[in-house]
Amino acid sequence: MVLEFLQSLPSPIAQGMIWGIMAIGVFITFRVLDLADLTVDGSIATGGAVLVVLTTSGWNIWLALFVAFLAGCAAGLVTGVLHTAFGIPAILAGILTQLSLYSINLRIMGGRANTPISHRKYDLIVSSNENLLPQTILTAAIFIVVIIAILYWFFGTEMGHSIRATGANEAMARANGINTSSRKIFGLVLSNGIVAVSGGLLAQFSANADINMGRGAIVIGLAAVIIGEVIFGKIFKNFALKLFACVIGGVIYYIVIAIVLKIGLNTNDLKLFSALVVAVFLGVPYWKNQLSGKRSSKKDKQPKEGKADA
Amino acid sequence: MLEITNLSKTFNPGTINEKVALSNVNLTLQDGDFVTVIGGNGAGKSTLLNMISGVYSADSGSIVVDGINVTNKPEHKRAKYFGRVFQDPMTGTAANMEIAENLALAARRGKRRTLRMGVTSKEKAHYKELLKTLGLGLEDRLTSKVGLLSGGQRQALTLLMATLQKPKLLLLDEHTAALDPKTSAKVLALSDKIIKDEHLTAMMVTHNMNDAINYGNRLIMMHEGRIILDISGEEKKKLTVEALLHKFEEISGSEFANDRALLS
Repeated sequence: MVLEFLQSLPSPIAQGMIWGIMAIGVFITFRVLDLADLTVDGSIATGGAVLVVLTTSGWNIWLALFVAFLAGCAAGLVTGVLHTAFGIPAILAGILTQLSLYSINLRIMGGRANTPISHRKYDLIVSSNENLLPQTILTAAIFIVVIIAILYWFFGTEMGHSIRATGANEAMARANGINTSSRKIFGLVLSNGIVAVSGGLLAQFSANADINMGRGAIVIGLAAVIIGEVIFGKIFKNFALKLFACVIGGVIYYIVIAIVLKIGLNTNDLKLFSALVVAVFLGVPYWKNQLSGKRSSKKDKQPKEGKADA
Repeated sequence: MLEITNLSKTFNPGTINEKVALSNVNLTLQDGDFVTVIGGNGAGKSTLLNMISGVYSADSGSIVVDGINVTNKPEHKRAKYFGRVFQDPMTGTAANMEIAENLALAARRGKRRTLRMGVTSKEKAHYKELLKTLGLGLEDRLTSKVGLLSGGQRQALTLLMATLQKPKLLLLDEHTAALDPKTSAKVLALSDKIIKDEHLTAMMVTHNMNDAINYGNRLIMMHEGRIILDISGEEKKKLTVEALLHKFEEISGSEFANDRALLS
């Protein structure tokens, strides 16, 4: 049984890597910009829908993936404008975009809730077909390396710095002449573009674009980000490594899912399980902080030679 | 240099929380003026600085810097004219970014941010030299996250950031109030040194009457959103805390309502 399980691992690994790309997008909003962006539940399906519809109507698949990226960027732009120009809290702005994307995604797919795409008929970039799995893992790895490399470079530029400053301290960013509204919009655009690329790959992997493929996506993305942080937070300080940790988090998440399904968890309970995982992993660092805070405040009670700072 | 005309601001107008923060303030600063601003709680000192820098928009009146009317410019567009240091040491820096990255962000104040490197190695060498002048050992910690620094170190760094690109006006908003007395004195002396060395025009809000008297060439006192006292030159040099308190009571008809100012 163990051997059988190990043989079935490549599939969750590949799936985890594709979701890891999505998690990189979530990292940009959740960690760099300090915004919880729920647009992704919609934009990941938009990416899938655009890719499948364009590919099945004869487009080159790479071009279709690029258009999927742009569609995701557009979704992020809408959320960004709702948030900054309309003054809507980021979470609600994301929910509004996500909801409207449900209708838009149905339109993209011509009113159908599900549009299939087969690796037999189309030259797919990734696929869950057993024979194509090694190639899929390699391709996903290349995507990951390229995306991380570009983001690592970008967030080291003047422009990238200004986005990081906006997320770190808005008052400071504005005092230093940074238009924080435009930086938030840019971050949301970039994030959702990446998420849509992940959606385009995911639709190929599962051989269809589904109107519900993004339901709870933010939770899976957060799970990947947080699992990566909990495990590698202490050793991965470099920005590129932090992004890499998101991907590993995604892979671990899907391996865990494969295990609990093997053990006998009902597929219907998966979303409940995902939510619990995220709640616990978000809670643990918080509890740790609380505990260490209590301990250090006890220490502070002992008279200590005041260290002159500055 | 700075010309403020009939500047007014009311917060929460038409509600029970209505608060007149500034009422018809007029103030002209000459090049090289170092003005200390003092006043009781809620006198409008911080509001004045925040209106100049664009955190709040003006209800009426105008703010002109070096002939440029900035009254209706958003905060981030005005930033190129002003260097700012805040009361809370957390406000002036980005905690999860490196010291060098923070300085580089400030060095680009008012400039277009492009896809060039965020910090060049040439800049790093320059920052190292600048940090040495602070004498805080920060020159060896260029790649440390600012969040690891003490409050005093962060204020000193913010001061350096605010003056890295010579500002038309340096705005110090009780920037030593959150520090312990020893550190506070250090940061204050450093501020004074930078202002003198770089011939900056500066406004410093303080709650410490002694500091307000000892630093700068001009002192203004605010009360209920108005400037009620404006002393400069020889007259300022002769000021004492007692005289200042006396003047305050004379003009405002009330007692100076700021325990911190009296106790320090």
